[in-house]
Amino acid sequence: MSRILAVDDSASMRQMVAFTLSSAGFDVAEAPDGAVALQMARKEKFKLVLADVNMPNMDGISLVRALRALPDYRFTPLLMLTTESGPEKKQEGKAAGATGWLVKPFNPDQLLGTVRRVLG
Amino acid sequence: MKIDLARFHATFFEESFEGLDVMERGLLQLDAGVGQGGAAAAAVDPETVNAVFRAAHSIKGGAATFGFGGVAAFTHHIETLLDEMRGGTRRVSRRGVDLLLRALDALRGLLVAARDGAEANSTDAAAAAAVQRDLEQFLGAPQAAPQAEPARPASLQGAGFQIRFAPFAALFRSGNDPLMILRELAELGRTEVELDTERMPAFAQADPEACYMAWNIRLHTDQPRARLEELFAWVEDECELEIDPLAAVSAPAQGMAAVAQPSAPVLQTLTARLVEHGAAESSSIRVNTAKIDALINLVGELVITQAMLAQNALTLDPAQNERLLMGLQQLDRNTRQLQEAVLSTRMLPIEAVFNRFPRMLRDLAGKLGKQVRLETDGEATELDKAMIEKITDPLTHLVRNCVDHGIEPPALRAAAGKPAEGTIRLAAAHQGGNIRIEVSDDGGGLDRARILASAQAKGIAASESMSDAEVWQLIFAPGFSTKEQVTDISGRGVGMDVVKRNIQALGGHIELESEAGRGMRVVIRLPLTLAILDGMTIAAGGETFIVPLNCVVESLRPEAAQLKSVAGQGRVLRVREEYLPVVALHDLFNIGGGAAGEQRGIVVVLEAEGRKMALQVDELVGQQQVVIKNVEANYRRVFGVSGATILGDGRVALILDAAALVRSTWRAAAA
Repeated sequence: MSRILAVDDSASMRQMVAFTLSSAGFDVAEAPDGAVALQMARKEKFKLVLADVNMPNMDGISLVRALRALPDYRFTPLLMLTTESGPEKKQEGKAAGATGWLVKPFNPDQLLGTVRRVLG
Repeated sequence: MKIDLARFHATFFEESFEGLDVMERGLLQLDAGVGQGGAAAAAVDPETVNAVFRAAHSIKGGAATFGFGGVAAFTHHIETLLDEMRGGTRRVSRRGVDLLLRALDALRGLLVAARDGAEANSTDAAAAAAVQRDLEQFLGAPQAAPQAEPARPASLQGAGFQIRFAPFAALFRSGNDPLMILRELAELGRTEVELDTERMPAFAQADPEACYMAWNIRLHTDQPRARLEELFAWVEDECELEIDPLAAVSAPAQGMAAVAQPSAPVLQTLTARLVEHGAAESSSIRVNTAKIDALINLVGELVITQAMLAQNALTLDPAQNERLLMGLQQLDRNTRQLQEAVLSTRMLPIEAVFNRFPRMLRDLAGKLGKQVRLETDGEATELDKAMIEKITDPLTHLVRNCVDHGIEPPALRAAAGKPAEGTIRLAAAHQGGNIRIEVSDDGGGLDRARILASAQAKGIAASESMSDAEVWQLIFAPGFSTKEQVTDISGRGVGMDVVKRNIQALGGHIELESEAGRGMRVVIRLPLTLAILDGMTIAAGGETFIVPLNCVVESLRPEAAQLKSVAGQGRVLRVREEYLPVVALHDLFNIGGGAAGEQRGIVVVLEAEGRKMALQVDELVGQQQVVIKNVEANYRRVFGVSGATILGDGRVALILDAAALVRSTWRAAAA
């Protein structure tokens, strides 16, 4: 069964995302920034990537762009976890190839709702 | 699913406090950059601004997620200012950085209060409110804190909607799937779905990765239009979308009334939230230090019992009791390891103290118009928590002294051919069984003539013939201060004598070196822990005593010619060129017998507070680590005794207070 990749430079957010999803029966891998996430995605095909926007090394938008360019990830759902409620980041993310976004702060139920929606 | 967010709080606070440190370091760097001449922009590293922004951003995001709305709202202002600096719409200015540093302190207060589940105390709350006002003012128009997006007015309510959804061919390439959307629509109410295959090419021409289908949907629902728009939000730029109300009943929404209540004052919200969230920690647990102390005490008892067994075992025949003796050896090893492990639970890196200084230096240097750089080394060196708490004040005092008295004003430094910016160095390291902490500066060094003059003016015994080292010791005399003008930086000359006394109370040593024009260096040596002491065991009149090893200079068997009686001053011992007052331990504690008054026996030379004395004893027994027991708490204060310990044979031995003995001996000799 393929896994979900949670990417965030904040350990507490990663912990929250991973704990929530694994409590709901998903297998979750974690990465602290875009660069690490991209490396992991090259080795393993994740079924969904949840990525924070503001991160050191490689930000979420660059990550989405890089992932979309990989043959394995052409159709994979890539969601941005963003605190910007304004339209610019969302548009930038969409232009880079993101499937959609989840606006922080979100609670575990909202997270699960969105993930279930995307994964069907 | 019910997930208690409190389980993530410990991690959130841990990373937030780290984030604050990142921000502080970054801001201090920016501050240094801005300080270099007026041409600010050149010296500002964009990556530093970015890192500070990211830290603030993470704190805000986490705070909002984990239910600390007040912290999030406050951090929002910090983030906004940083975002402007990052985006180049605002110059990184000294004033801005100052404001951010103040905001950082306030944020720390809020986070501490949130973590401890306490109300932000009124000073913190007032400080935060003041900083927030200043931030708002600085940012221009007061900006609202981020709130949950105001509930959009339910503009149209009616029977439902007629929807035309025609995705562009490339929809799949964004990871979206129309099926998900249709399923979700079906959850909103009853749907009648009509598939439109008009765009579908002949099978042979079809691109399997393209979306050719379109849908016409009648949705019967009482959900507002906004709910639908939300549902299509991810794909609105990747499809043709038409949403028309089924029955065109347009009514101004009642929802308007409920729009965006002004948020309760930040701190009130915070306090209210705090009460709900107790702190739960996962990777580390908090333990009351009293419990750890009890554990250390028990291990101390175990060490004593073990030593007792080992001593009794000496009389056993090794051949007959081989297995018992092997067991005892094992016990010895395990006890030692247990003791080390237990003591290590109280150990903290000295970083906890060092981290206070960059900020303090910046503020001090600013006040005094000096330029100072701080170098630190060995921050990871660990020492006892109690020691960390007690060393903080003395170190703070020393560092302040360096800025205030040591480092010269930039002009003076330039004239002396030194870089305008002075350097203060803080270093810590393990050395033997001790911790060595060094505070040094590259300032003017101590002024011998001025110290002598000042000492004489204050009636402190001093003469030109004193060696440099002796002159430096004068600084530690009570009431000494060379600054004519008492500054609010180094205080009223209660300084160095108190520093020295505090360090000696910790079983430590302080030494001072200085070179005119090159700077000075203070070296502090401390034991690793307050619970255990490296002692020299001595015997007098059948009793056993412990002398702290850090006070012992040497021991010798004096010859008759070395001991002299001086009229009115008791006896003195000549050791090389020095005359030291001599006291017999037997006389001090009224113990009969022994070598009192005779030249037989052994003399231990003790040094404390820069002065020496000779202590006459019967015998040196050995060196050992002893577990310190408090005499004062269990009995009462006894002159000349700093504590007690239990020896391997179960007897109690008193630990001598070398500083007190030296002081009283010299007082007696001077009388």
